[in-house]
Amino acid sequence: MVGPRGKIGGRFMPEALMAALAELTEAYHKSKNDPEFQAELTHLLRSYANRPSLLSEAHRLSEHAGARILLKREDLNHTGSHKINNVLGQALLTKRMGKRRVIAETGAGQHGVASATAAALFDLECVVYMGEEDTERQALNVARMRMLGAEVVPVAAGSRTLKDAINEAIRDWVTNVEHTNYLFGTAAGPHPFPSMVRDFARIIGVEARAQILELTGALPDAVAACVGGGSNAIGAFHAFVPDEDVRLYGFEAGGSGLETGLHAASITGGALGVLHGARTYILQDEFGQTLPSHSISAGLDYPGVGPEHAYLHDTGRAVYEPVTDAEAMEAFRLLCRTEGIIPAIESAHAVAGALRIAPKLREELGREPVILVNLSGRGDKDMHTAAAYFSDEVALDKHSGTEA
Amino acid sequence: MSKLSDVLAAAKAEDRAALIGYLPAGYPSVDGSIAALRAMIEGGVDIVEVGLPYSDPQMDGPVIQKAVQAALDAGVTTLDVLRVVEGAAATGAPTLVMSYWNPIERFGVDRFAAELSAAGGAGTILPDLIPEEADEWIAAADAHGLDRVFLVAQTSTSERIALTTDVCRGFVYAASLMGVTGTREAVSGSAKDLVARTREQTGLPVCVGLGVSNGVQAAEVAAFADGVIVGSAFVRRLIEAPDEAAGLAGVRALAEELAEAVRKGRR
Repeated sequence: MVGPRGKIGGRFMPEALMAALAELTEAYHKSKNDPEFQAELTHLLRSYANRPSLLSEAHRLSEHAGARILLKREDLNHTGSHKINNVLGQALLTKRMGKRRVIAETGAGQHGVASATAAALFDLECVVYMGEEDTERQALNVARMRMLGAEVVPVAAGSRTLKDAINEAIRDWVTNVEHTNYLFGTAAGPHPFPSMVRDFARIIGVEARAQILELTGALPDAVAACVGGGSNAIGAFHAFVPDEDVRLYGFEAGGSGLETGLHAASITGGALGVLHGARTYILQDEFGQTLPSHSISAGLDYPGVGPEHAYLHDTGRAVYEPVTDAEAMEAFRLLCRTEGIIPAIESAHAVAGALRIAPKLREELGREPVILVNLSGRGDKDMHTAAAYFSDEVALDKHSGTEA
Repeated sequence: MSKLSDVLAAAKAEDRAALIGYLPAGYPSVDGSIAALRAMIEGGVDIVEVGLPYSDPQMDGPVIQKAVQAALDAGVTTLDVLRVVEGAAATGAPTLVMSYWNPIERFGVDRFAAELSAAGGAGTILPDLIPEEADEWIAAADAHGLDRVFLVAQTSTSERIALTTDVCRGFVYAASLMGVTGTREAVSGSAKDLVARTREQTGLPVCVGLGVSNGVQAAEVAAFADGVIVGSAFVRRLIEAPDEAAGLAGVRALAEELAEAVRKGRR
């Protein structure tokens, strides 16, 4: 389905942007049905982004989990995450629309790096808005974006994170809409972004579905993905939505735990409301003010979620659960040590979730379940955070040792 | 006829544009914002817009963002906003609330309309609510006798201008330039064109906002629009003042300058 679904989704945006949203919707619909556009995009994805991405059997992790775990390796894409799929599609659209400048927002920097990359490839001017706090915790990606020729604008307003970077990007778009296209980084925002980003990301699930059928002769029992805004998750889920026997699990950033209020779990810990142009689940107080989100992962640190996920949640087709920072970091280390793969901390949330659902599924099915985990990105950008986290833990261990 | 329509009609009868001033509720304090709105009205503003402070004001530039963030940090809520409306409306000037949509939805659409009406408010301006998403608000505003102002922009097609003016009541807000709130050195030339295109679709007054900050610009806009809307320039007077009394004097002085200007516009 395309567009808003009942009360979910929609367009809550300044009138000044309606023409641009209409233009974008038209360009997106045309491109969807244009074999030439699709062929060009497919060629780019294969010859530039390194698709199809591998499906890796995670033998040692599987032993740990008591489930057969297969990893969809979006971390092996050019620029190191699933974001390149969406960005190549949107950049190609920008060219077709005759615009010469792109803007983007980024949290962890994955979408910013992908946007800067596509802008360089397509010779477009590129400005990336990034919360000041995120520019500090993701300094490496800031350097990468600048190296690629993009201007990175730190946003000091509000919570100084992704949410405020989106506000600033929207302000830029209102001002420069004539020649500027907004490369939205996740499956959120006003229509058509949620459907469009889903369609550019759906290649993840399309490939994975074929690969897993070829490898195992059957569909997986479950698909697990992390959910911030939810672009990698909707991309992984979409091809499986009609397969009713395949359970879909979205793992949100539980931060320090839902009960502490320090989290970014918009579906499990939020309420329906309007943010960034769409009605969806958001973290908000009793007066509708957006609450600050918290996650160890900058990429999941967002107080909203894509409306398609709100819809899958409301209809019960997908299950959403929070994974805490601690659980995610434990899974992060486990994947490093068992498979030699350093995942993005975002993706570690999906790994942790898979470990959690494995015993439940085994019991329910009476056999070893097969779980597809979308490894949405690689962890290079997170090494600083991980090193700090684990050294703190060592310090705490030592501390509690002396206490005892 | 609503109080808002009456005031716009009275300005028209004087062959001048109406002057509309914006200030956020709760800045520099709840009582301070009531005092500032009153100073604005005493200075000659015909209609006031009370801003509802919101965490994610996408249409606002740095000046208004700063004031609104300070109000939120001080704990200002929708209930305080309604108190500010009451304080401003008590002067007799039509008082509109300018708000992003989510705080109203969260408060309860009908409850907000009822309490705004009870506070003496005249209606709303909702910059991120387009007619297609506005059914619930239109019903609630109708039920409680509130005016509802929607926005048209330079990029609006004639179809969209018609769609928007159809659901407007009170006046139509013409966003004079592409961009966010804030003062500009020059008022965009295409504002005049937008007003003309809007008048082709509606008999409602068309008021122009975004970018007007001084008497010269206000007179320029007053020559072709039914109303001139000024926001950031007022907020800046409060932000840059050394103390509250100086801020109020600054607001009053600017209102006087602008009120004189809208009377000169058509001479």
